[in-house]
Amino acid sequence: MKNSIVTIMKKEFVRFFTDRRMVLTTVIMPGLMIYLLYSFMGSGFSSQFETAEDFKASIRVINLPDSMKNVEDGGAPIKFTEISDGEMEQCMEDLKTEEAGFDLLAVFPEEFDAQVSSYEVSAGGAAPAVKLYYNSTDSDSQSSYYMMEDVLNTYESALANKFDVNPGEETYDLATDEDTSAQIFSMMVPMLMMVFLFSGCMAVAPESIAGEKERGTIATLLVTPMKRSHLAIGKIISLSAIAILSGFSSFMGMMLSLPKMMGDVEGMSADIYNMTDYIIVLLVVLSTVLVIITLVSIISAFARNVKEATGWVTPVMIISMLLGVTSMIPDLCMTEPVWFLIPLYNSAQSMNGIFSMNPDMVNIAVTVVANVCYAGIGVFVLAKMFDNEKVMFSK
Amino acid sequence: MKEMLKVQNLRKTFRISAKQQKIEKTKERIKVAVDNLSFTAYEGEVFGLLGPNGAGKTTTLRMMSALVKPDKGDVLVDGASVVKNPEEVRGKLGFLTSELKLEEFFTPNYLFGFFSELHGVEKAEAEARKQNLFEKFGITKFAEVKVGDLSTGMKQKVSLVISIVHDPDIIIFDEPTNGLDVLTAKVVTDFLLELKGQGKTIVVSTHIFSLIEKICDRVGVVIDGKMAVCDTLENLTAEKPLEEKFFDIFAERAGGVNEK
Repeated sequence: MKNSIVTIMKKEFVRFFTDRRMVLTTVIMPGLMIYLLYSFMGSGFSSQFETAEDFKASIRVINLPDSMKNVEDGGAPIKFTEISDGEMEQCMEDLKTEEAGFDLLAVFPEEFDAQVSSYEVSAGGAAPAVKLYYNSTDSDSQSSYYMMEDVLNTYESALANKFDVNPGEETYDLATDEDTSAQIFSMMVPMLMMVFLFSGCMAVAPESIAGEKERGTIATLLVTPMKRSHLAIGKIISLSAIAILSGFSSFMGMMLSLPKMMGDVEGMSADIYNMTDYIIVLLVVLSTVLVIITLVSIISAFARNVKEATGWVTPVMIISMLLGVTSMIPDLCMTEPVWFLIPLYNSAQSMNGIFSMNPDMVNIAVTVVANVCYAGIGVFVLAKMFDNEKVMFSK
Repeated sequence: MKEMLKVQNLRKTFRISAKQQKIEKTKERIKVAVDNLSFTAYEGEVFGLLGPNGAGKTTTLRMMSALVKPDKGDVLVDGASVVKNPEEVRGKLGFLTSELKLEEFFTPNYLFGFFSELHGVEKAEAEARKQNLFEKFGITKFAEVKVGDLSTGMKQKVSLVISIVHDPDIIIFDEPTNGLDVLTAKVVTDFLLELKGQGKTIVVSTHIFSLIEKICDRVGVVIDGKMAVCDTLENLTAEKPLEEKFFDIFAERAGGVNEK
């Protein structure tokens, strides 16, 4: 009666796909929310560090030297307003508030230009000091600080220009756009994928197994002539398919929004990967989902209800996230095949290899085969659990 | 007469949790739910299991339907052993108990098809059987309504119908009229009589004396997991009504099998 596997799968699919709320929360929302979240995060970060094109730093200055007046006259987006020493304290107080009316307070020593020209580094005395007061929580003030610091550094370099590093417009960073994209994707994607896949599995497996147990509907299945192993296989395959859909949704949301989150790095795009890369990723993802679904299903079968199952699964999810983080730490990225026998770690590392465009096919093969074997063992354990009255009818 | 269901020296024990020990005020760590219980149900017979709550009736029925495993003993269902061939046993009988619930998200229509498939019933046959049973129990009008939206009585009717999708020759019902209103209870009782008329073997567990008197041919009285008395309804009610007889037996707490 192999048909019973298909019957169970069909039932799980009907249960899922005819429930619009479940489809919305499990498949559509994750991708959409990740896209929106990452995009907003990206634009938030950008606006924090970028300034508007028409922004002009409003700077109050004490003892404004002539050399700086040239900067203002030279067209820099800076407007200096000279103030007296006596106004300094009030200006510093004003800067602490958002409504100061200016962005930065620059305090030059008297006769700054003269002091600079007479200063000898070899003499060892104290160099003339310029003080820049600003408010880092105000983006305009922060930008003004960077701008003024840059002006002063440029001025200082120009005074004693003995040599230049990387002069002119030539490109010195030889990394290609592809390399940059690959580096970012390989660091971020494996960890995020582990989280998304686990979330997808958690959204469906506890409800389908612990939920059925809690509602007493699984007992109705257990009095049919279907083999327990068929019930386990049917559940795991169908739940995996649904979890993959959920994971795929998250993956798409992430791949489309990651460049935005990274501040629209020039040339960064998921286009750098070809179809073969995506097929290999899919293989790794498939085998990973099988392992996670099996694990969550076994935990759910042990639990007496959905709440208990979710509680037990959460620490496992944290472990899987930690294993996902290993892809961000070069020292923890092992290359020997034996390491790829460790479930979940192997998936994170395999994805890291693929997204860094440096996949090791032996390790990926070890990962996929090992994961399928673990899932097979899991199905066997789950079938045994379905056959165990103490587990299935525990209250 | 053909032995359709042969229960042989069944024994089932459960471990008692510390919490349960406190509630039951006992130091025993093991509870004997069913103790060396035997009886036989023949073809076309309705066998009633009568006993108070906690006597071991439901556990016995669960072992008979291969839902739980006996510690000792066996049940032969039309020759198939629950110990050796539980899947075959499950295919041969229909089991209805209030503990088996239907998924509330699905409609009776869908569930009938689903369980028919699990029992390997041909589509055309399942369709014809569905129409017949749905009509008989007045489910047709509610066939596309989710189980969760049905009344308790209608849910019970759907559960009953689902338990016999495969037209089994042996049917086990645990408290089939429990919690039902009088009208629904009558529909169920009439259906049991109809099944009996079709030559099905039925085992009913209940503590409703009138139901036993109405449909059973033979009765087993289970007390403390043991078969106190097993006899024909006629013999049991020869001197006094079943209810009085039962209390006599209960008072005596007769042990051992007394099958005739």
